Parts: sequence; C-alpha cells; structure tokens
Amino acid sequence: MTLLLLILILLIGGVLAWAAARRSASAARWIALIAVLADFFITLNLWISKPAAGAGRWITEADWAWIPQIGVRFHLAVDGLSLLLLLLTFFLGVLSVLASWREITDAVGFFHLNLLWILAGIAGVFLAVDLFLFYFAWELMLVPMYFLIAIWGHEDRIYAAVKFFIFTQLSGLLMLIAILALFFVHHGATGVYTFEYEELLNTPMAPGAAMWMMLGFFIAFAVKLPVIVLHTWLPDAHTEAPTAGSVVLAGLLLKTGAYGMLRFVLPLFPDAAHAFAPVAMALGVAGILYGAFCAFGQTDLKRLVAYTSVSHLGFVLLGIFTWNSLALQGAVVTMICHGISTGALFIIAGAIQHRLHTREMGQMGGLWAVVPRLSGAALFFALASLGLPGLGDFVGEFLVLLGAYKQSILLSVLATVGVLFATFYALKLVQRAFQGQNTFNWSVPDLAPHEGLVMAVMIVALLWLGLYPRPVLTTFEPVVAQLEQLPAGR
Amino acid sequence: MLGLLWLVPAIPFAGALWLAVVGPRLRERAVAVIGTGSIAAATIVSLLIGAQFLSSPPASGAYTQTLWTWVGVGTFQPGIAFYLDALSLVMVVVVTFVSFLIHLYSTEFMHGDEGYSRFFAYMNLFVASMVTLLLADNLLLLYLGWEGVGLCSYLLIGFWYKDTVNGIAGQKAFIVTRAGDTAMAVGLYLLFHNLGTLRIQDLMQAAHDHWAVGSPLAVAAGLLLLGGAVGKSAQLPLQTWLPDAMAGPTPTSALIHAATMVTAGVYLIARTHVVYELAPAAQFAVAMVGILTLLMAGCSALTQWDIKRVLAYSTISQIGYMFLALGVGAWGAAIFHFMTHAFFKALLFLASGIVIEALHHEHNIFRMGGLRKELPVAFWTFLAGGCALAGLPLITAGFYSKDLILWSTANSPIGGALLWVGGLIGVLFTSLYTFRLIFLVFFGDVKTPVSHRPGMTMGGPVMVLAALAIIGGFVKGSFETLMTTALPPFHEAGLGVSELVSSTVAGVAFALGLVVAWYIWVLHPALADQAVEFSGGRLLHRFWFSDWGMDWLYDRLLVRPLVWAATINKNDVIDSIYDGIAAVTTTFYRAASLTETGKLRWHAAWIAGGTVVTLAIVMLL
Repeated sequence: MTLLLLILILLIGGVLAWAAARRSASAARWIALIAVLADFFITLNLWISKPAAGAGRWITEADWAWIPQIGVRFHLAVDGLSLLLLLLTFFLGVLSVLASWREITDAVGFFHLNLLWILAGIAGVFLAVDLFLFYFAWELMLVPMYFLIAIWGHEDRIYAAVKFFIFTQLSGLLMLIAILALFFVHHGATGVYTFEYEELLNTPMAPGAAMWMMLGFFIAFAVKLPVIVLHTWLPDAHTEAPTAGSVVLAGLLLKTGAYGMLRFVLPLFPDAAHAFAPVAMALGVAGILYGAFCAFGQTDLKRLVAYTSVSHLGFVLLGIFTWNSLALQGAVVTMICHGISTGALFIIAGAIQHRLHTREMGQMGGLWAVVPRLSGAALFFALASLGLPGLGDFVGEFLVLLGAYKQSILLSVLATVGVLFATFYALKLVQRAFQGQNTFNWSVPDLAPHEGLVMAVMIVALLWLGLYPRPVLTTFEPVVAQLEQLPAGR
Repeated sequence: MLGLLWLVPAIPFAGALWLAVVGPRLRERAVAVIGTGSIAAATIVSLLIGAQFLSSPPASGAYTQTLWTWVGVGTFQPGIAFYLDALSLVMVVVVTFVSFLIHLYSTEFMHGDEGYSRFFAYMNLFVASMVTLLLADNLLLLYLGWEGVGLCSYLLIGFWYKDTVNGIAGQKAFIVTRAGDTAMAVGLYLLFHNLGTLRIQDLMQAAHDHWAVGSPLAVAAGLLLLGGAVGKSAQLPLQTWLPDAMAGPTPTSALIHAATMVTAGVYLIARTHVVYELAPAAQFAVAMVGILTLLMAGCSALTQWDIKRVLAYSTISQIGYMFLALGVGAWGAAIFHFMTHAFFKALLFLASGIVIEALHHEHNIFRMGGLRKELPVAFWTFLAGGCALAGLPLITAGFYSKDLILWSTANSPIGGALLWVGGLIGVLFTSLYTFRLIFLVFFGDVKTPVSHRPGMTMGGPVMVLAALAIIGGFVKGSFETLMTTALPPFHEAGLGVSELVSSTVAGVAFALGLVVAWYIWVLHPALADQAVEFSGGRLLHRFWFSDWGMDWLYDRLLVRPLVWAATINKNDVIDSIYDGIAAVTTTFYRAASLTETGKLRWHAAWIAGGTVVTLAIVMLL
C-alpha cells in the first residue's frame, strides 16, 4: 500500500500544484516540494526500518488484478536495488523543485505538474514488476519530459525535444515487441498468459529467440543509458532542458536504462546476455573513452557536463555486464553518485546561465573572484566527476574497474585510461569558467541561501558515499547474490 | 598514546575543512592561528607517538589502528586504517615538522594576499593527504592520500588563478601525475586479483608466499607501481610537470619538494619493497630511472636562469638519488636521504623566497648578485642548505646521506661500477650548479637593490632548518638501526669499495665542482657566455635548458593532436549518422509531396498507371 501511495502522492500533488498555480505560483512550488519531500521521507523510513530483505525476493510489495483476461496485474514491489534508486529519485526530485524555484516563472503550475508526473513515471518504472505495467510507466516518463524540454527549454528546445522523443519512443517500441514476444513464448511453453515478472523469469526458450528478445530490451535500455552510438539525443536534450529537466534526465532517466538491464536483461535472458556480455562491455569502454573525449571538446558548459554522463554511464554498462559482485556493486554506486555529482553540476550550470545568460565558457573566466561559493562548489563536483578518492564516484568506478579486471585485463586498463581522460574535461571546465581573468567584467550575486543549502546537502551526500558507502552496498547485496546465482553468473 | 594516531591526519583535515567553510569571513590572524596551529598540533601528536614508539616499541614492530571498514564487497574489505612502523613514523615526523615550519613561514610570506584563508585551507589539506598516504594500512587508502596530494598540488600551483599560465601549470602537474596513477591503479587491480587483498602487510606476505623470484606477475606489479611513483616523484619520463610547478607561491614549492608529494614515490617503493625484491627486473628499472634522472636533471639545472627552476631540477636530481638507492636495495639509505633532503630543500626554497621577495619578485639569477651583505640571514642559511645539497664532506647532512647511497651503489649486486660512476658525476654536477647559483646570487656586484627584509616568522623557520641541514646527518648510525625494524638491511656484495674510498672520491667530486664554479662564475664571468657562443654549445645549452626536449615532444605527440581532434569533433561525428537519416527522410518527403499537385488529371493518371503496373505484376508473377 505504501508503494502505491508513493506514486499517488506525486500524481495528485502534480494536479494540486497545477490547480493552485492559478491563485499563487509559490503555492504550486510549496505543494510540489511537500509532495516530493513526503515521498522521500516515506522511502527513507522504509530503508531504515527494513534494511535487510527477508526470505523472499522483495522487501515489500503490493499486488492487485488489473486486466485479468490477459494476465495483467497492478503489481508493485521493492528490493534493495529499487529502494536505492527510489531514494535517489526523491532526493533529486526535492533538489529539482528547489533548483526551479527562481528559474521557472512561466506556467509554474503546469511545470510542476509535468515534473511530478515524470517523477511518478520514474517511481513506477522502479516499482513495477508486471511487464505491462512497467511499459506503461516507461511511456509515462516520456510525455511530460517532452513538454518540460519543449516548453521551458532554451534556444533549440523543439529540436531537442523531438529528437529525445523519437529516440526513446522508437526504442520503447522494440521493447514492447520483445515483451509481447516473451508473453507468447511463455504461453507457448506453459499455457499461461501472464506479464508477471517472477513467473516469466524462468521461461524456457530457444537460444535464438532469447537473443532477439534480449536485444529488444537491451536497445530500449541502451538508448536511455545511453550506450555509445545511441547517445546523440542526450547532449541536445540535456543542454536544452531547464535545470530541473537536466537534473532529472541525467540523474534519473538514464538510471532507468541501467535499472532495466539489471532487472530484466540479465535475469530474463541470462544465457543470451552472457553471450552478449563481451560486446556490451566493449561498448561500455568505448562510451567511457568517447564520452570523455567529446566532453573535452565542448565549449558549452551544459553540453560538456552532458557528455560526461555518456562517459560515466559507460562505467555502469561495463559494471553490469562484467557480472561479478565487485563490478555490480560498483555499477550501482556509480549510478547513485553520478546522479548526485552530475545533477549538482547541472544545477551549477543552470545557476550560471540564470546569472550570465550564457552557457558559453568562452564568455566566462575569472568567476572565482566574483562568485567564490559557487566556484568552490563547482570545483568540488568537478573533482567528484573526475573520480577523486574520498568522494562517491571513486568508490563506484574503482569497484567496476577492479571487477572488470577479473574478466578482461585489456578493457579494464582502457577504462582506467578513461578515468585519466576525465581529468582533462573536469580541469578544462574549472579553468575556463572560474579561473583566469574576468575579461567580461561579470558582477553577479553569489549563491543564495537556498542554493547554498542544496549544494551543501549534495556535498555531504557525496562525502558520505565516498567514505562510508557500506549502507548502500549492504542494501544491494541480496540483489547481487541473486544475479550471481543466475546460470550464467560468473 | 599510540591510540592518538588517527589525530595526525584528522587534525589537518579538520583545519582544512574549518578554513574552507568559515575562512573567508575570518581575519588574517585567526586564519594563521588555525592553519598553522593545526599542523603544530599534528606535529606534537606525531612527536609524542614517536617518543612512545621508540621508548617502548610494540612487540611486532608495528601498530595498526582500524577506524572503520571503508568499502566492503565480498573479500574486498579495505578499511580506513592506519599502520605505524619505523618507516612511516620517520616519514610522518619529518613531514609534519617541516610542514609546520613552512606554514609558520607562510603566515608572513602570504600576508595581504586576498586568498589568504584559501591558501591555508589547501596547505592543510595537502599535509593531511600526505600523512594519510604515509600511514595508510592498505593500498586503497594510500591511493586516496596519493590522489589528494596530486589535487592539492594542482590547487596550490594554480593558486594565483588570475594568471592563466599558473592554472595551466597546475593542470599539467595534476594530469601528468595522474597519468602515472593510471598505471598504479592497474597495479592495484593486479595485486588484488592475484593476491586477494590490498592490506599492505598481508599483500607483502602473500607476494612472498605465492610468487617466485622473477615471476612475471611480480615484475608487472613492480613496474606498474613504479609508473605511479615516477609520476608523483617527477622521475623520468614523467618529470616534466615539476619545473612548471614553480608557478605556485614559494612556500608551496617548499612543501611540494621537501616534505610532501615528490617523496611519495620513494615511500611507495620502500613500502612495497617485497615486490621489488621478487622482481629484480623491476628493481633494476628503478635504479636506471634514478641514475638517468639524476644526471639529466643535473645538466638541466646547470642552464636555468630562474632561481626556483634551478632548485626544481635539483629536486628531481636528488629524488633520482633516492630511486637509485631503492634500486640497489639500500632501502634505509633512500629514507635517510629523504630526511636530510627534506631539511635542506625546504630551507633552500624558503631562503630563496626571502631573496625573491626582497627583490620585488625577481626570479632571474643574472639580475641578482652581491646579496651576501644585504641579506645575511638568507645568505648564511642558503649557504648551509647549498653545502648540504652539494654534499660538503663531514659537516653537512646531505653528505652523509648521499655518501651512504654512493657507497651502497658501489657495493650492491644490482649496482656496480657504472652506476657508481654515474652517481659520482651527479655529485660533480650538483656541486657545479649549486655553487653557480650561490656565486651568482650572493657574490659579485649588487644588481637589484633590496627593498624588503624578512621578519622573524620567515627568518626563524629558515634558521631552524639550516641547523638541521647541518646536524641532521649525525644521527646516521641510530637511524640505520631504526630502519632495520621496518626495512630489510642492505646486502653488501660486489666491488668491495670501502667507505673511506667512496667518501674521498665523492669529496673530490664536490671540491672539483666548487672550484670550477668559482673559476667560471666568479673569476671569469665571461667564460660561460663564450661556451654558449659556438653552435654546439648553444645547441646543448638549449637542449638542456628545455629539459632535453621532452616537454616539446609530449606537446607535439600527445597534447596537440588530442586537443586538435577534440576540437574538430566538437559536433560529435556520430550524430551525423542520425542527421543523415533525417536528411534522407526529408528528401523523400519533399519528393513525395511534389506529387500532391491538386490537379485531377494527374491523380487520375497516377491511379491508372498504378493499376496497370499492379495488374502486370499480378499476371506476370
């Protein structure tokens, strides 16, 4: 019941914020904030009170019949993986609402309706264990995100929004076909029509069919992740979106792709995924290097940060398909820490654009003397992004690399070179924007108290994850154990 | 008392954090008290711990303190844990004490700088990272300190960020050292994958148990760790960042060169000595890196005109001696030279800071001169430091430590005559460039008038260090005994060169350098210029001056192609695939829409034509 409540709070909160905005914009903001905060504390309570899963797979679940004729159920459940990602969702959700506080002044109500519905869709993706429901939630994320970019975005917003929509929609269709195929294959084998995750888990299937279905899922998730070659929607969408949109895109939407791989691709098609793993790992490493390389070439602050996501999510892909406990744990820690550090960099980029009305780093320089607190925060998150030990991202990436070494020394070494590449773009960002002479004579206010609070919370979170990541690791441990027990687990 | 060990890194960390959060709002004096006080407290704690460690050593010869498990996945359980033995104890005491003197000096040197609190926050973080590195019980925590040190060097070299050149120098330091760290990280994967732990002591035991002498894995591990060490310690081929690191404030240079950072590589190799003992090839590589670096840097030092760059190359060269010592298995000698070097190199930098500040930030030694009478404190202390660096026999600390290295090289099975002679040539070069520096700066005519004389907070630390640069060598005997509790003793074999012979030859090399320097730069100042006149001399001079052209090579080979390619690819070549698909689609749509003319007979004709074609296909197939 609690799980349904998480989604309902967001859906209803969104509508309420929309309605309230007719009277007062700030009422809409407060309603949105309270709704997301409520979800955050409910999830936090769930995490603290039930840290260890019992005998079963799920920590808690909620299950209703929905369309019984074809075996569709409204089935929500959480395990360690989804619990961590839900926490991240609501954590970043709160920060996105705060980041939009000053930035969004047009159609405030509709903005918050969209923002909360995206979050509801994301929460649905992390909670659904019925494939029909999962696909429904998957598409629910898409439409409000399209509006968010197309209405409140920057110069090229329509182009970016359409590109985002086409990429995700097309790849989503492949997943739908794969879901239906699995549905019929399962019926053929057992005579039961069901979309239920746990029942589909051990469906017997021919290797060829399994490979095709696995690829259907993989491509859908690969677009979201994004995997190199399918990544080009990302820089446009991230750059053009408003700050909250960028934070949600980088911090959460990309994670739904990684989540999908962990939840569906590996467990549903273990043999096919195992056969495909070397390719996926190579793609991950290529993404690490190419993403960092592209980031280094950018002069637009937000575009630079956007490409760093391609690089960091390469570590996640590498970690998932390395498929041992070190790398899997590393992938999840990277997912969470990337959400925070990159989210923070987008908030900083937004704060700068709000003040200077430009994202072009050639127009910046010497900002350290003008906005020291903002610059210090930017330095901190740039360091997190380049994988400085002591901050969360390092733990994740190191575990992935350590695990990957057991599978492929070559790929692990190449990915480690990617960590070096991260230094290039992170230092370029700091140098171009904040150091050097203040050539353009900027004189703008430093971080406001509420912005400072957002930064401080994120700094503390990254330090905590960097120095004491054990709570995250132990929460995810049972899921890792299940993944390792799969027939093809290594 | 040993239980207080965690305070040694924790106090400077707390100081850095405190200054980072509230520093900008504090007055200069308060910042100075917090910044210097934290290091003073860390020094006192480390001295107390040292006293207890020496008076009642732990039974196993080491003390371990675990605070918490850092990361825990399966068998991978590195902790936030500290390990104290004679090796880390000596390093920690020297590092904290020298750092304290440098901090004290900085309170006056940085007076009036707008980034005063930022400076002390970075400096405290620097010391904290270094101490963490030294005390780390496992290689992952060591790596944390290792990267932290690299970060702080970046921050401090680029401290005066308004000048882009400084920022670039800082970036260079961070990136070049991180290139080495990449190798080191791979080394960590290798060690964990093959030996199943990253706890240094367990690791050494496991390596000893599982690996035979000369096994490929041991060699690979040794070379990979060496990769990290040459980066941090500015050895061949990654030494290029260090001369540029002079862009930072002078106390920073003292800290980077003397107490922290550059000696990290030496420590890493000494700490993992078991791996090198199992991998003679890797250990020989260490010796070769050392000897080549010390000779090349010695030549470069001879041609520099910037007082700080001369000292920078001298650092590279002296670390080369430490690597040589490690390479020939004289573990204790390397650490002994680290200690004396920390004293005299910090002294030289701080004294040169006095000179630079006295002459309106003049760095060019050819515009200095005659400062012997103008700045007596700087002169006498610099002279003491210079003599220690060049190795003035019997009196200075530098002589005792370097002499030990030379003697060990001569008598080691790995070393031998060639390495020994190389080391002796290095002594000659050291003496040459050191006295060239001293004669040009402090003798001759006054070329730039002195505008500013140092106060006691700058003069005091310099005098303390000068005393240590002299007397620090007299503890040689007891130092060696202490080191044998943590490091294997030196195995004598080979040439059978006695200590007396070795010392005498080294003394002669020193004297030769001194005399030649006196002849060239005091008696016949035109001689040096003449040497550069003819083409061969000029070429050699340019070659040495530009660090053997390595910077140029890296720039053309790596930096420029990468920047060029990244700039070209700004619009992401992969996106053109999708642009292509979009363009094709648009073309077809345009072509198709051309047929929508709205004219009835055209539509009728298309329908008729289509019907005919369809019927034809149906009938023919």
